[in-house]
Amino acid sequence: MKLLKGSRRRIVARSSRASVTHNQGVKVVQKITINRSAEELYHFWRNLENLPQFMTHLESVRVTDGKKSHWVARAPLGNKIEWDAEIINEKEPSLLAWRSREDSDLQNAGTVRFQPAPAGRGTEVIVSLEYVPPAGQLGKAFAKLLQETPEHQIHDDLRRLKWLMETGEIPTTHGQPVGPSR
Amino acid sequence: MKALCWYGKFKVRVVNVPEPRILNPRDAIVRVTATAICGSDLHLYDGVIPMMKKGDILGHEFMGEIVEVGSGVKNLRAGDRVVVPFNIACGGCFFCQRGLWSLCDNSNPNAALAEKEFGFSEAGLFGYSHLYGGYAGGQAEYVRVPFADVGPLKVPQALSDEQVLFLSDIFPTGYMAAENCNIQPGDTVAIWGCGPVGQFAIRSAYMLGAGKVIAIDAEPARLKMAEKDGKAVTLVSDLDVPQKLIDLTAGRGPDACIDAVGLEAHARLHDTRYDQSKKDWDLSTKYPHVLTQAIQACRKGGTISVPGVYAGAMNKFPFGAAFAKGIALKMGQTHVHRYMRPLLKRIQNGEIDPSFVITHRLPLEDAANGYSIFNEKEDDCVKVVLKP
Repeated sequence: MKLLKGSRRRIVARSSRASVTHNQGVKVVQKITINRSAEELYHFWRNLENLPQFMTHLESVRVTDGKKSHWVARAPLGNKIEWDAEIINEKEPSLLAWRSREDSDLQNAGTVRFQPAPAGRGTEVIVSLEYVPPAGQLGKAFAKLLQETPEHQIHDDLRRLKWLMETGEIPTTHGQPVGPSR
Repeated sequence: MKALCWYGKFKVRVVNVPEPRILNPRDAIVRVTATAICGSDLHLYDGVIPMMKKGDILGHEFMGEIVEVGSGVKNLRAGDRVVVPFNIACGGCFFCQRGLWSLCDNSNPNAALAEKEFGFSEAGLFGYSHLYGGYAGGQAEYVRVPFADVGPLKVPQALSDEQVLFLSDIFPTGYMAAENCNIQPGDTVAIWGCGPVGQFAIRSAYMLGAGKVIAIDAEPARLKMAEKDGKAVTLVSDLDVPQKLIDLTAGRGPDACIDAVGLEAHARLHDTRYDQSKKDWDLSTKYPHVLTQAIQACRKGGTISVPGVYAGAMNKFPFGAAFAKGIALKMGQTHVHRYMRPLLKRIQNGEIDPSFVITHRLPLEDAANGYSIFNEKEDDCVKVVLKP
Protein backbone atom coordinates (compact mmCIF):
# COMPACT_ATOMS: atom_id res chain seq x y z
CA MET A 1 0.00 0.00 0.00
CA LYS A 2 2.50 2.50 -1.20
CA LEU A 3 -0.09 5.19 -1.46
CA LEU A 4 -1.07 4.99 2.16
CA LYS A 5 2.45 5.12 3.48
CA GLY A 6 3.39 8.39 5.01
CA SER A 7 -0.18 9.43 5.32
CA ARG A 8 -0.84 7.52 8.54
CA ARG A 9 -0.44 10.50 10.75
CA ARG A 10 -2.25 11.34 13.90
CA ILE A 11 -5.01 13.76 13.45
CA VAL A 12 -3.92 16.79 15.40
CA ALA A 13 -6.74 19.12 14.66
CA ARG A 14 -10.21 18.88 13.29
CA SER A 15 -11.89 21.65 11.48
CA SER A 16 -15.53 22.13 12.26
CA ARG A 17 -16.33 22.28 8.54
CA ALA A 18 -14.76 19.12 7.19
CA SER A 19 -13.87 15.92 8.93
CA VAL A 20 -10.62 15.46 7.05
CA THR A 21 -8.16 18.11 8.06
CA HIS A 22 -6.33 19.87 5.27
CA ASN A 23 -3.25 17.97 4.10
CA GLN A 24 -3.90 15.15 6.59
CA GLY A 25 -5.53 12.59 4.34
CA VAL A 26 -5.40 10.70 1.10
CA LYS A 27 -7.29 12.41 -1.70
CA VAL A 28 -8.65 10.62 -4.74
CA VAL A 29 -10.38 12.24 -7.71
CA GLN A 30 -11.96 10.13 -10.44
CA LYS A 31 -14.22 11.01 -13.38
CA ILE A 32 -16.54 9.19 -15.75
CA THR A 33 -19.09 10.19 -18.40
CA ILE A 34 -22.49 8.53 -18.10
CA ASN A 35 -25.15 8.60 -20.81
CA ARG A 36 -27.91 9.76 -18.44
CA SER A 37 -29.20 13.10 -17.20
CA ALA A 38 -27.70 14.85 -14.18
CA GLU A 39 -31.12 14.68 -12.48
CA GLU A 40 -31.33 10.92 -12.81
CA LEU A 41 -27.78 10.41 -11.52
CA TYR A 42 -28.19 12.91 -8.70
CA HIS A 43 -31.35 11.25 -7.42
CA PHE A 44 -29.80 7.80 -7.54
CA TRP A 45 -26.77 8.97 -5.57
CA ARG A 46 -28.77 11.16 -3.16
CA ASN A 47 -30.53 8.01 -2.03
CA LEU A 48 -27.34 6.96 -0.24
CA GLU A 49 -28.71 3.47 0.39
CA ASN A 50 -28.07 2.82 -3.34
CA LEU A 51 -24.31 3.30 -2.98
CA PRO A 52 -23.44 -0.34 -2.04
CA GLN A 53 -24.90 -1.41 -5.42
CA PHE A 54 -21.79 -0.05 -7.11
CA MET A 55 -19.30 0.59 -4.29
CA THR A 56 -18.33 -3.00 -3.59
CA HIS A 57 -16.39 -2.31 -0.40
CA LEU A 58 -19.59 -0.97 1.22
CA GLU A 59 -21.84 -3.49 2.88
CA SER A 60 -24.63 -1.05 3.63
CA VAL A 61 -25.60 2.57 4.04
CA ARG A 62 -28.62 3.30 6.19
CA VAL A 63 -30.20 6.73 6.17
CA THR A 64 -31.00 7.53 9.79
CA ASP A 65 -32.66 10.87 9.30
CA GLY A 66 -32.69 13.21 6.30
CA LYS A 67 -29.07 14.19 6.02
CA LYS A 68 -27.61 11.64 8.45
CA SER A 69 -26.57 8.10 7.62
CA HIS A 70 -24.74 5.07 9.01
CA TRP A 71 -22.12 3.41 6.78
CA VAL A 72 -20.74 -0.14 7.09
CA ALA A 73 -17.72 -1.20 5.02
CA ARG A 74 -16.34 -4.71 4.60
CA ALA A 75 -12.94 -5.54 6.02
CA PRO A 76 -10.96 -8.79 5.78
CA LEU A 77 -11.76 -11.81 7.98
CA GLY A 78 -15.36 -10.77 8.39
CA ASN A 79 -14.44 -7.54 10.14
CA LYS A 80 -16.36 -4.37 9.56
CA ILE A 81 -15.59 -0.70 9.68
CA GLU A 82 -18.55 1.52 10.57
CA TRP A 83 -19.09 5.23 10.74
CA ASP A 84 -21.76 7.88 10.74
CA ALA A 85 -21.88 10.53 8.07
CA GLU A 86 -23.91 13.56 7.19
CA ILE A 87 -24.64 15.46 4.01
CA ILE A 88 -23.07 18.88 4.33
CA ASN A 89 -23.95 20.38 0.96
CA GLU A 90 -26.49 19.59 -1.75
CA LYS A 91 -27.26 21.52 -4.91
CA GLU A 92 -29.71 19.51 -6.96
CA PRO A 93 -28.81 18.23 -9.53
CA SER A 94 -25.17 19.26 -9.68
CA LEU A 95 -23.46 18.72 -6.30
CA LEU A 96 -23.56 16.54 -3.25
CA ALA A 97 -21.04 16.58 -0.38
CA TRP A 98 -20.82 14.49 2.79
CA ARG A 99 -18.42 13.86 5.62
CA SER A 100 -18.04 11.46 8.49
CA ARG A 101 -18.94 12.64 11.98
CA GLU A 102 -16.08 13.78 14.14
CA ASP A 103 -16.05 10.74 16.39
CA SER A 104 -15.84 8.25 13.49
CA ASP A 105 -13.22 5.50 13.27
CA LEU A 106 -12.69 6.34 9.62
CA GLN A 107 -12.40 10.05 9.03
CA ASN A 108 -13.59 10.72 5.50
CA ALA A 109 -15.33 13.22 3.27
CA GLY A 110 -16.59 13.13 -0.27
CA THR A 111 -18.02 15.29 -3.01
CA VAL A 112 -19.70 14.26 -6.23
CA ARG A 113 -20.41 16.70 -9.03
CA PHE A 114 -22.74 16.08 -11.98
CA GLN A 115 -22.12 18.39 -14.91
CA PRO A 116 -23.42 18.24 -18.48
CA ALA A 117 -21.00 16.63 -20.97
CA PRO A 118 -20.37 18.63 -24.16
CA ALA A 119 -23.07 18.63 -26.85
CA GLY A 120 -25.63 16.84 -24.70
CA ARG A 121 -23.53 13.68 -24.57
CA GLY A 122 -24.58 12.62 -21.09
CA THR A 123 -23.25 13.76 -17.74
CA GLU A 124 -19.73 14.04 -16.39
CA VAL A 125 -19.52 12.58 -12.89
CA ILE A 126 -16.59 13.81 -10.83
CA VAL A 127 -15.97 12.19 -7.47
CA SER A 128 -13.54 13.51 -4.92
CA LEU A 129 -12.89 11.46 -1.80
CA GLU A 130 -10.62 12.23 1.08
CA TYR A 131 -9.88 10.09 4.10
CA VAL A 132 -7.37 9.65 6.88
CA PRO A 133 -6.28 6.04 7.02
CA PRO A 134 -6.73 4.93 10.61
CA ALA A 135 -3.78 3.80 12.72
CA GLY A 136 -3.30 0.48 14.54
CA GLN A 137 -5.18 -2.75 13.89
CA LEU A 138 -8.04 -0.95 12.24
CA GLY A 139 -5.63 0.76 9.90
CA LYS A 140 -4.14 -2.56 8.87
CA ALA A 141 -7.59 -3.94 8.18
CA PHE A 142 -8.41 -0.86 6.16
CA ALA A 143 -5.23 -1.10 4.14
CA LYS A 144 -6.11 -4.70 3.28
CA LEU A 145 -9.61 -3.64 2.39
CA LEU A 146 -8.19 -1.49 -0.38
CA GLN A 147 -6.34 -4.26 -2.13
CA GLU A 148 -6.05 -2.14 -5.23
CA THR A 149 -5.03 1.50 -5.20
CA PRO A 150 -7.79 3.89 -4.06
CA GLU A 151 -7.76 5.35 -7.60
CA HIS A 152 -8.54 1.96 -9.13
CA GLN A 153 -11.15 1.19 -6.50
CA ILE A 154 -13.06 4.42 -7.16
CA HIS A 155 -12.62 4.05 -10.93
CA ASP A 156 -14.10 0.54 -10.76
CA ASP A 157 -16.95 1.83 -8.56
CA LEU A 158 -17.76 4.56 -11.10
CA ARG A 159 -17.67 2.05 -13.96
CA ARG A 160 -20.20 -0.07 -12.07
CA LEU A 161 -22.36 3.05 -11.55
CA LYS A 162 -22.24 3.69 -15.30
CA TRP A 163 -23.17 0.06 -16.04
CA LEU A 164 -26.12 0.25 -13.64
CA MET A 165 -27.40 3.59 -14.87
CA GLU A 166 -27.00 2.89 -18.59
CA THR A 167 -28.19 -0.74 -18.64
CA GLY A 168 -29.96 -1.42 -15.33
CA GLU A 169 -27.55 -4.24 -14.52
CA ILE A 170 -23.90 -5.10 -13.96
CA PRO A 171 -22.42 -7.41 -16.61
CA THR A 172 -21.20 -10.67 -15.20
CA THR A 173 -20.08 -14.18 -16.03
CA HIS A 174 -20.21 -15.47 -12.44
CA GLY A 175 -22.28 -18.63 -12.45
CA GLN A 176 -21.92 -19.42 -16.14
CA PRO A 177 -20.85 -22.93 -17.23
CA VAL A 178 -17.19 -23.71 -17.71
CA GLY A 179 -15.40 -26.96 -18.53
CA PRO A 180 -13.17 -28.76 -16.06
CA SER A 181 -9.87 -26.93 -15.68
CA ARG A 182 -7.85 -29.77 -17.22
CA MET B 1 -24.87 -30.43 -21.57
CA LYS B 2 -22.13 -30.88 -24.14
CA ALA B 3 -19.84 -27.97 -24.99
CA LEU B 4 -16.61 -27.47 -26.92
CA CYS B 5 -13.94 -26.25 -24.50
CA TRP B 6 -10.46 -24.81 -25.00
CA TYR B 7 -7.45 -26.44 -23.33
CA GLY B 8 -4.48 -24.84 -25.06
CA LYS B 9 -2.79 -24.72 -28.43
CA PHE B 10 -4.45 -27.29 -30.76
CA LYS B 11 -6.31 -28.67 -27.73
CA VAL B 12 -10.07 -28.41 -27.77
CA ARG B 13 -12.58 -31.08 -26.78
CA VAL B 14 -16.26 -31.63 -26.16
CA VAL B 15 -16.98 -32.10 -22.47
CA ASN B 16 -20.00 -32.18 -20.19
CA VAL B 17 -20.65 -28.92 -18.37
CA PRO B 18 -23.61 -27.55 -16.36
CA GLU B 19 -26.37 -25.87 -18.35
CA PRO B 20 -26.34 -22.07 -18.33
CA ARG B 21 -28.89 -20.12 -16.32
CA ILE B 22 -30.22 -16.58 -16.26
CA LEU B 23 -27.76 -14.37 -14.35
CA ASN B 24 -29.08 -10.89 -15.15
CA PRO B 25 -32.57 -9.55 -15.93
CA ARG B 26 -31.78 -8.89 -19.61
CA ASP B 27 -30.43 -12.43 -20.24
CA ALA B 28 -31.99 -15.18 -22.32
CA ILE B 29 -31.09 -18.83 -22.66
CA VAL B 30 -30.93 -20.20 -26.20
CA ARG B 31 -31.06 -23.87 -27.19
CA VAL B 32 -28.51 -23.96 -29.98
CA THR B 33 -29.71 -25.56 -33.22
CA ALA B 34 -26.71 -24.62 -35.39
CA THR B 35 -23.28 -23.16 -34.66
CA ALA B 36 -20.19 -22.65 -36.78
CA ILE B 37 -16.44 -22.57 -36.35
CA CYS B 38 -15.15 -19.14 -37.36
CA GLY B 39 -11.77 -18.45 -38.91
CA SER B 40 -11.13 -16.28 -35.87
CA ASP B 41 -11.72 -19.35 -33.65
CA LEU B 42 -8.61 -20.76 -35.30
CA HIS B 43 -6.58 -17.91 -33.75
CA LEU B 44 -7.74 -19.26 -30.36
CA TYR B 45 -6.97 -22.82 -31.51
CA ASP B 46 -3.49 -21.71 -32.60
CA GLY B 47 -2.98 -20.07 -29.21
CA VAL B 48 -2.21 -16.58 -30.52
CA ILE B 49 -4.99 -14.78 -28.62
CA PRO B 50 -4.04 -13.92 -25.03
CA MET B 51 -6.07 -14.34 -21.85
CA MET B 52 -7.72 -17.68 -22.54
CA LYS B 53 -8.36 -20.09 -19.65
CA LYS B 54 -8.59 -23.86 -19.73
CA GLY B 55 -12.23 -24.93 -19.83
CA ASP B 56 -13.48 -21.82 -21.68
CA ILE B 57 -16.43 -22.67 -23.94
CA LEU B 58 -15.78 -21.40 -27.49
CA GLY B 59 -18.11 -20.32 -30.27
CA HIS B 60 -19.54 -16.98 -31.34
CA GLU B 61 -21.54 -17.95 -34.45
CA PHE B 62 -24.76 -19.58 -33.34
CA MET B 63 -28.53 -19.55 -33.53
CA GLY B 64 -31.35 -21.45 -31.95
CA GLU B 65 -34.55 -21.37 -29.98
CA ILE B 66 -35.23 -19.20 -26.93
CA VAL B 67 -36.00 -21.43 -23.94
CA GLU B 68 -36.04 -18.85 -21.14
CA VAL B 69 -35.89 -15.07 -20.78
CA GLY B 70 -35.04 -12.82 -17.83
CA SER B 71 -37.53 -10.37 -16.33
CA GLY B 72 -36.08 -7.51 -18.38
CA VAL B 73 -36.61 -9.12 -21.80
CA LYS B 74 -40.03 -8.16 -23.17
CA ASN B 75 -39.55 -8.64 -26.91
CA LEU B 76 -38.74 -12.36 -26.92
CA ARG B 77 -40.45 -15.44 -25.55
CA ALA B 78 -39.76 -19.14 -25.27
CA GLY B 79 -40.04 -20.79 -28.67
CA ASP B 80 -38.78 -17.80 -30.72
CA ARG B 81 -36.20 -18.77 -33.33
CA VAL B 82 -33.29 -16.35 -33.28
CA VAL B 83 -29.84 -15.72 -34.67
CA VAL B 84 -27.48 -14.02 -32.21
CA PRO B 85 -24.78 -11.40 -33.01
CA PHE B 86 -21.29 -12.35 -31.89
CA ASN B 87 -20.80 -9.09 -30.04
CA ILE B 88 -22.72 -8.34 -26.88
CA ALA B 89 -24.08 -4.78 -26.81
CA CYS B 90 -26.30 -2.90 -24.33
CA GLY B 91 -28.07 -0.61 -26.79
CA GLY B 92 -28.01 2.38 -24.41
CA CYS B 93 -24.45 3.71 -24.27
CA PHE B 94 -22.81 6.48 -26.33
CA PHE B 95 -21.36 3.91 -28.75
CA CYS B 96 -24.43 1.69 -29.23
CA GLN B 97 -26.53 4.77 -29.87
CA ARG B 98 -24.15 5.74 -32.69
CA GLY B 99 -24.32 2.29 -34.28
CA LEU B 100 -20.85 1.33 -33.00
CA TRP B 101 -22.18 -1.82 -31.37
CA SER B 102 -18.86 -3.67 -31.17
CA LEU B 103 -17.51 -0.79 -29.08
CA CYS B 104 -20.26 -1.00 -26.43
CA ASP B 105 -19.17 0.48 -23.10
CA ASN B 106 -21.20 -1.80 -20.89
CA SER B 107 -20.91 -5.46 -21.86
CA ASN B 108 -17.38 -6.41 -20.82
CA PRO B 109 -17.21 -7.51 -17.17
CA ASN B 110 -13.42 -7.49 -17.50
CA ALA B 111 -13.32 -3.88 -18.64
CA ALA B 112 -10.42 -3.16 -16.28
CA LEU B 113 -8.26 -5.75 -18.10
CA ALA B 114 -9.13 -4.32 -21.49
CA GLU B 115 -8.49 -0.76 -20.32
CA LYS B 116 -5.03 -1.79 -19.23
CA GLU B 117 -4.36 -3.37 -22.64
CA PHE B 118 -6.11 -0.94 -25.01
CA GLY B 119 -6.78 2.20 -22.99
CA PHE B 120 -10.50 1.48 -23.21
CA SER B 121 -12.74 -1.56 -23.11
CA GLU B 122 -14.64 -2.76 -26.18
CA ALA B 123 -17.77 -4.90 -26.24
CA GLY B 124 -17.82 -8.37 -24.74
CA LEU B 125 -17.80 -11.24 -27.25
CA PHE B 126 -19.04 -14.80 -26.90
CA GLY B 127 -16.26 -17.33 -26.39
CA TYR B 128 -13.38 -15.04 -27.28
CA SER B 129 -10.96 -14.70 -24.35
CA HIS B 130 -11.22 -12.97 -20.99
CA LEU B 131 -9.95 -9.75 -22.53
CA TYR B 132 -13.25 -9.67 -24.43
CA GLY B 133 -15.33 -10.49 -21.34
CA GLY B 134 -14.81 -14.21 -20.79
CA TYR B 135 -18.37 -15.10 -21.87
CA ALA B 136 -19.16 -18.78 -22.45
CA GLY B 137 -19.63 -19.36 -26.18
CA GLY B 138 -22.23 -21.05 -28.34
CA GLN B 139 -20.49 -24.24 -29.49
CA ALA B 140 -22.70 -25.95 -26.94
CA GLU B 141 -26.21 -27.27 -26.54
CA TYR B 142 -27.32 -24.17 -24.64
CA VAL B 143 -25.92 -20.67 -24.28
CA ARG B 144 -26.70 -17.66 -22.11
CA VAL B 145 -27.23 -14.47 -24.15
CA PRO B 146 -26.84 -11.19 -22.21
CA PHE B 147 -28.75 -8.07 -23.38
CA ALA B 148 -31.07 -10.43 -25.22
CA ASP B 149 -33.58 -7.60 -25.63
CA VAL B 150 -31.07 -5.92 -27.98
CA GLY B 151 -29.07 -8.55 -29.88
CA PRO B 152 -30.99 -11.63 -31.06
CA LEU B 153 -32.89 -11.30 -34.35
CA LYS B 154 -36.05 -13.34 -34.89
CA VAL B 155 -35.82 -15.17 -38.20
CA PRO B 156 -38.65 -16.32 -40.47
CA GLN B 157 -39.49 -20.02 -40.53
CA ALA B 158 -39.28 -20.00 -44.34
CA LEU B 159 -35.49 -19.73 -44.15
CA SER B 160 -33.34 -22.66 -43.00
CA ASP B 161 -30.77 -22.47 -40.20
CA GLU B 162 -27.97 -22.67 -42.75
CA GLN B 163 -29.35 -19.68 -44.68
CA VAL B 164 -29.49 -17.34 -41.67
CA LEU B 165 -26.77 -18.66 -39.30
CA PHE B 166 -24.05 -16.48 -40.82
CA LEU B 167 -25.93 -13.28 -39.95
CA SER B 168 -24.25 -13.85 -36.56
CA ASP B 169 -20.84 -12.86 -37.90
CA ILE B 170 -19.27 -13.63 -41.26
CA PHE B 171 -21.89 -12.20 -43.63
CA PRO B 172 -22.04 -8.87 -41.74
CA THR B 173 -18.24 -8.99 -41.34
CA GLY B 174 -17.64 -9.43 -45.07
CA TYR B 175 -20.28 -6.80 -45.78
CA MET B 176 -18.87 -4.21 -43.36
CA ALA B 177 -15.40 -4.85 -44.81
CA ALA B 178 -16.77 -3.91 -48.24
CA GLU B 179 -18.79 -1.00 -46.89
CA ASN B 180 -15.64 0.35 -45.21
CA CYS B 181 -14.08 0.55 -48.70
CA ASN B 182 -16.45 3.39 -49.62
CA ILE B 183 -16.93 1.72 -53.01
CA GLN B 184 -17.79 4.01 -55.93
CA PRO B 185 -19.52 2.52 -59.00
CA GLY B 186 -16.97 0.64 -61.08
CA ASP B 187 -14.26 0.48 -58.42
CA THR B 188 -11.75 -2.38 -58.36
CA VAL B 189 -11.46 -4.10 -54.99
CA ALA B 190 -8.65 -6.54 -54.11
CA ILE B 191 -9.34 -9.03 -51.33
CA TRP B 192 -6.64 -11.06 -49.58
CA GLY B 193 -8.07 -14.26 -48.11
CA CYS B 194 -10.84 -16.35 -49.66
CA GLY B 195 -11.96 -17.94 -46.44
CA PRO B 196 -15.56 -17.43 -45.33
CA VAL B 197 -15.20 -13.69 -44.60
CA GLY B 198 -13.36 -13.13 -47.89
CA GLN B 199 -16.11 -14.98 -49.78
CA PHE B 200 -18.79 -12.72 -48.27
CA ALA B 201 -16.62 -9.65 -48.87
CA ILE B 202 -16.37 -10.54 -52.59
CA ARG B 203 -20.14 -10.80 -52.94
CA SER B 204 -20.74 -7.70 -50.77
CA ALA B 205 -18.29 -5.62 -52.84
CA TYR B 206 -20.31 -6.42 -55.98
CA MET B 207 -23.58 -5.65 -54.12
CA LEU B 208 -22.13 -2.22 -53.28
CA GLY B 209 -21.21 -1.42 -56.87
CA ALA B 210 -17.68 -2.71 -57.46
CA GLY B 211 -16.85 -3.20 -61.12
CA LYS B 212 -14.20 -5.82 -60.52
CA VAL B 213 -13.14 -7.88 -57.50
CA ILE B 214 -9.73 -9.53 -57.42
CA ALA B 215 -9.40 -12.34 -54.86
CA ILE B 216 -6.10 -13.67 -53.55
CA ASP B 217 -5.49 -16.96 -51.72
CA ALA B 218 -3.21 -20.00 -51.75
CA GLU B 219 -5.93 -22.65 -51.62
CA PRO B 220 -7.23 -23.82 -55.01
CA ALA B 221 -10.65 -24.79 -53.66
CA ARG B 222 -11.16 -21.35 -52.11
CA LEU B 223 -10.01 -19.60 -55.28
CA LYS B 224 -12.42 -21.75 -57.26
CA MET B 225 -15.31 -20.76 -54.97
CA ALA B 226 -14.30 -17.09 -55.36
CA GLU B 227 -14.11 -17.36 -59.14
CA LYS B 228 -16.99 -19.65 -59.98
CA ASP B 229 -19.65 -18.52 -57.50
CA GLY B 230 -18.21 -15.14 -56.52
CA LYS B 231 -17.32 -13.97 -60.05
CA ALA B 232 -13.96 -12.67 -58.83
CA VAL B 233 -10.73 -12.54 -60.80
CA THR B 234 -8.32 -14.70 -58.82
CA LEU B 235 -4.62 -14.63 -58.02
CA VAL B 236 -2.53 -17.23 -56.24
CA SER B 237 -0.76 -15.56 -53.32
CA ASP B 238 2.95 -14.99 -53.88
CA LEU B 239 5.46 -12.20 -53.61
CA ASP B 240 4.41 -10.72 -56.96
CA VAL B 241 0.81 -10.04 -56.01
CA PRO B 242 1.28 -6.24 -55.70
CA GLN B 243 2.80 -6.04 -59.21
CA LYS B 244 0.08 -8.31 -60.62
CA LEU B 245 -2.60 -6.10 -59.09
CA ILE B 246 -0.99 -3.01 -60.58
CA ASP B 247 -0.89 -4.78 -63.98
CA LEU B 248 -4.54 -5.87 -63.66
CA THR B 249 -5.51 -2.23 -63.12
CA ALA B 250 -3.31 -0.88 -65.93
CA GLY B 251 -0.98 0.90 -63.54
CA ARG B 252 -3.44 2.59 -61.21
CA GLY B 253 -3.81 0.01 -58.47
CA PRO B 254 -7.01 -1.27 -56.82
CA ASP B 255 -9.22 1.48 -55.40
CA ALA B 256 -9.61 -0.49 -52.20
CA CYS B 257 -7.96 -3.48 -50.56
CA ILE B 258 -9.41 -5.83 -47.96
CA ASP B 259 -7.28 -7.86 -45.56
CA ALA B 260 -9.55 -10.81 -44.76
CA VAL B 261 -6.66 -12.82 -43.34
CA GLY B 262 -5.57 -11.15 -40.11
CA LEU B 263 -2.67 -11.70 -37.81
CA GLU B 264 -1.73 -15.18 -38.95
CA ALA B 265 -1.02 -14.38 -42.60
CA HIS B 266 0.98 -17.34 -43.75
CA ALA B 267 4.72 -17.48 -43.63
CA ARG B 268 4.93 -18.52 -47.26
CA LEU B 269 4.77 -14.81 -48.01
CA HIS B 270 8.04 -14.09 -46.21
CA ASP B 271 9.58 -11.41 -48.29
CA THR B 272 12.88 -10.74 -46.59
CA ARG B 273 15.62 -12.84 -45.12
CA TYR B 274 15.51 -10.52 -42.13
CA ASP B 275 11.94 -11.51 -41.43
CA GLN B 276 12.69 -15.19 -41.83
CA SER B 277 15.45 -14.95 -39.28
CA LYS B 278 13.21 -12.96 -36.96
CA LYS B 279 10.64 -15.69 -37.33
CA ASP B 280 13.23 -18.34 -36.61
CA TRP B 281 14.42 -16.62 -33.47
CA ASP B 282 11.35 -14.91 -32.18
CA LEU B 283 8.15 -16.89 -32.39
CA SER B 284 6.12 -13.96 -31.19
CA THR B 285 6.91 -11.93 -34.30
CA LYS B 286 3.76 -11.07 -36.19
CA TYR B 287 3.79 -11.19 -39.97
CA PRO B 288 2.06 -8.18 -41.53
CA HIS B 289 2.59 -9.61 -45.01
CA VAL B 290 -0.91 -9.08 -46.27
CA LEU B 291 -1.04 -5.52 -44.98
CA THR B 292 2.38 -4.84 -46.49
CA GLN B 293 1.22 -6.08 -49.90
CA ALA B 294 -2.04 -4.17 -49.64
CA ILE B 295 -0.25 -0.90 -48.82
CA GLN B 296 2.10 -1.50 -51.74
CA ALA B 297 -0.64 -2.32 -54.24
CA CYS B 298 -3.43 0.04 -53.23
CA ARG B 299 -3.89 3.07 -55.45
CA LYS B 300 -2.96 6.50 -54.06
CA GLY B 301 -5.75 7.86 -51.90
CA GLY B 302 -7.35 4.42 -51.71
CA THR B 303 -8.77 2.56 -48.74
CA ILE B 304 -7.53 -0.48 -46.87
CA SER B 305 -10.23 -2.27 -44.91
CA VAL B 306 -9.25 -4.83 -42.28
CA PRO B 307 -11.89 -7.32 -41.12
CA GLY B 308 -9.16 -9.87 -40.29
CA VAL B 309 -8.46 -10.07 -36.56
CA TYR B 310 -5.28 -8.53 -35.16
CA ALA B 311 -3.95 -8.70 -31.58
CA GLY B 312 -0.90 -7.35 -29.85
CA ALA B 313 1.80 -5.21 -31.47
CA MET B 314 3.10 -5.65 -35.00
CA ASN B 315 6.61 -5.43 -36.41
CA LYS B 316 7.70 -3.82 -39.68
CA PHE B 317 4.42 -2.20 -40.54
CA PRO B 318 5.13 0.10 -43.53
CA PHE B 319 3.43 3.12 -42.10
CA GLY B 320 5.54 5.51 -44.15
CA ALA B 321 4.24 4.13 -47.44
CA ALA B 322 0.66 4.27 -46.18
CA PHE B 323 1.23 7.90 -45.18
CA ALA B 324 2.92 8.88 -48.45
CA LYS B 325 0.06 7.42 -50.50
CA GLY B 326 -2.67 9.00 -48.41
CA ILE B 327 -4.22 5.63 -47.61
CA ALA B 328 -7.34 5.45 -45.43
CA LEU B 329 -7.29 2.54 -42.97
CA LYS B 330 -10.60 1.17 -41.68
CA MET B 331 -10.81 -1.69 -39.24
CA GLY B 332 -12.39 -3.19 -36.17
CA GLN B 333 -14.80 -5.81 -34.93
CA THR B 334 -18.03 -5.84 -36.92
CA HIS B 335 -21.04 -3.88 -35.68
CA VAL B 336 -23.19 -6.94 -36.35
CA HIS B 337 -26.39 -5.44 -34.92
CA ARG B 338 -26.26 -2.73 -37.63
CA TYR B 339 -26.30 -5.21 -40.51
CA MET B 340 -28.53 -8.11 -39.42
CA ARG B 341 -31.86 -6.70 -40.59
CA PRO B 342 -30.76 -5.28 -43.96
CA LEU B 343 -28.80 -8.44 -44.77
CA LEU B 344 -31.71 -10.68 -43.72
CA LYS B 345 -33.74 -8.70 -46.26
CA ARG B 346 -31.17 -9.45 -48.97
CA ILE B 347 -31.40 -13.15 -48.11
CA GLN B 348 -35.20 -13.03 -48.22
CA ASN B 349 -35.06 -11.23 -51.59
CA GLY B 350 -32.93 -14.04 -52.96
CA GLU B 351 -29.92 -11.80 -53.61
CA ILE B 352 -27.68 -14.24 -51.76
CA ASP B 353 -27.92 -17.65 -50.09
CA PRO B 354 -25.17 -17.63 -47.45
CA SER B 355 -25.17 -21.42 -47.16
CA PHE B 356 -22.98 -21.54 -50.30
CA VAL B 357 -19.91 -21.28 -48.06
CA ILE B 358 -20.57 -24.47 -46.04
CA THR B 359 -18.33 -27.39 -46.95
CA HIS B 360 -18.58 -29.49 -43.77
CA ARG B 361 -21.47 -30.44 -41.50
CA LEU B 362 -20.65 -32.27 -38.30
CA PRO B 363 -22.41 -33.15 -35.05
CA LEU B 364 -21.29 -31.03 -32.07
CA GLU B 365 -19.65 -34.16 -30.61
CA ASP B 366 -17.16 -34.04 -33.51
CA ALA B 367 -16.29 -30.38 -33.01
CA ALA B 368 -12.65 -31.06 -32.14
CA ASN B 369 -12.28 -32.89 -35.42
CA GLY B 370 -13.93 -29.95 -37.15
CA TYR B 371 -11.29 -27.58 -35.73
CA SER B 372 -8.52 -29.83 -36.99
CA ILE B 373 -10.01 -30.15 -40.49
CA PHE B 374 -10.65 -26.40 -40.75
CA ASN B 375 -7.20 -25.48 -39.42
CA GLU B 376 -5.42 -27.82 -41.85
CA LYS B 377 -7.83 -26.88 -44.67
CA GLU B 378 -8.17 -30.62 -45.18
CA ASP B 379 -10.61 -31.86 -47.73
CA ASP B 380 -11.01 -28.34 -49.23
CA CYS B 381 -12.61 -27.13 -46.01
CA VAL B 382 -14.00 -23.59 -46.10
CA LYS B 383 -16.70 -23.58 -43.42
CA VAL B 384 -17.72 -26.05 -40.72
CA VAL B 385 -21.23 -26.04 -39.26
CA LEU B 386 -21.90 -27.99 -36.06
CA LYS B 387 -25.29 -29.39 -35.08
CA PRO B 388 -25.83 -30.00 -31.35
